[in-house]
Amino acid sequence: MSTPESDFDDNPYDLLADDHDEGHRWAFGTGFTDPLEGVDTSVPAGLDPAALARYCLALGDDALIYSHRLQQWVARLPELEEETAVANIALDLLGQARMLLSRAGRITGQTEDQLAFFREEKEFRNVRLAEHADRDFAELVVRMLMFSAWRLALFESLSSGADPVLAAIAAKGVNELAYHRDYAAGWVVRLGDGTPLSHAKTQAALDTLWPLLGELFRPDPDALAAVDRGEFDAVLDTVLATAGLDRPAAAPLAPVGGRTGSAPPGGRPPAPPDRTGRDGVHTEAMGYILAELQSVARAHPDATW
Amino acid sequence: MLTIEDLGILRGVDDSPGRGVVVTITPTYSGCPAMREIAADVQARLRRAGFQRVTVATQLTPPWSTDWITAEGRSKLAAAGIAPPSAAPRRAGPIPLTLGRSSSSRCPRCGSPDTRLTAQFSATACKSLHRCDACGEPFEAVKAL
Repeated sequence: MSTPESDFDDNPYDLLADDHDEGHRWAFGTGFTDPLEGVDTSVPAGLDPAALARYCLALGDDALIYSHRLQQWVARLPELEEETAVANIALDLLGQARMLLSRAGRITGQTEDQLAFFREEKEFRNVRLAEHADRDFAELVVRMLMFSAWRLALFESLSSGADPVLAAIAAKGVNELAYHRDYAAGWVVRLGDGTPLSHAKTQAALDTLWPLLGELFRPDPDALAAVDRGEFDAVLDTVLATAGLDRPAAAPLAPVGGRTGSAPPGGRPPAPPDRTGRDGVHTEAMGYILAELQSVARAHPDATW
Repeated sequence: MLTIEDLGILRGVDDSPGRGVVVTITPTYSGCPAMREIAADVQARLRRAGFQRVTVATQLTPPWSTDWITAEGRSKLAAAGIAPPSAAPRRAGPIPLTLGRSSSSRCPRCGSPDTRLTAQFSATACKSLHRCDACGEPFEAVKAL
């Protein structure tokens, strides 16, 4: 289909090989163009820049960590179609993470790479649902249903929110997340309404993951939008009823208690007595994710190639 | 050749004295890895054409949707065996959940409407995979977004 043009090389792989000096390579340390290059990232009057940066970081961390978890599934999925679906969903989320981390970094004076690769575990603000290690395909799809239904509802309300950059990032994400949610919901129905074994495994996945839902709906002083739990539950109940699955009655995962009163640096309010992923308190799984995600960047912090 | 203008990715080209050429593009999917290559290609192409100062800027609003693909872009996609997207859904209020099989696209090879969706995600995030029950061939379709 393409018109041959001898004076111009249309093959992107050749272009990658040619431009050594311009750094057009897909790897850490390649001087990636900021995904918000050319976008007006000034903070509107009336918004607290520090709070906006923390909120974008939290939403970016959700996407970064969850994307990494999905990437770990690639080459281990049951069918080729599921490989491409999960890889593409992970890619969408990585794109959202890059823009959100850049949005935060433009305010704090850091790059997306600094934020992704050189923060400590306690500085990551993702919800603990994002870091969970799926034990089987049922957990993968149940967790994706929970995460994408919540994030879709959140992004729908953020797309008319107070910060125009975050609103634009959210508006792009809405269309992507609608596909993620439908993909996950389709599999939850297929498995829940499938064989006795697939039903049992999907119900077990729901029971395991249910306690992690509560954290998604905790009040966040930095948030520019919130998801109505009733609307979220209505979507989930539709899927569960179609799948013949029972809504678990499990209590939310308990927050972690801590000392109160002392104000941490950076102008944040004192830590609440009960802390969750948004406050930098994570499950054991998080350290392993960061070790894998960050080790190359940390071994060669100034590397370019 | 299918161009970035056909695909609705190119939002503007401005050549003003003092600033050089500023090419404004908009990302399709948030994580589309082709965006970086598109920006690099635009830079390289303009440099070869003799423009020394070239900037590729990003524009996020209004967000890209498949409705930005031009009529010419659609016919080029179909000619390449990729079913062009239908009109993107325009909704008021929360996006409804879709359970069960989504509608399929007309076969770009034989034109039959007798096709089925085999995978919501194909080799790239922007395409789905289908099979034509009339001619038996699999094909890709650009998802309406």
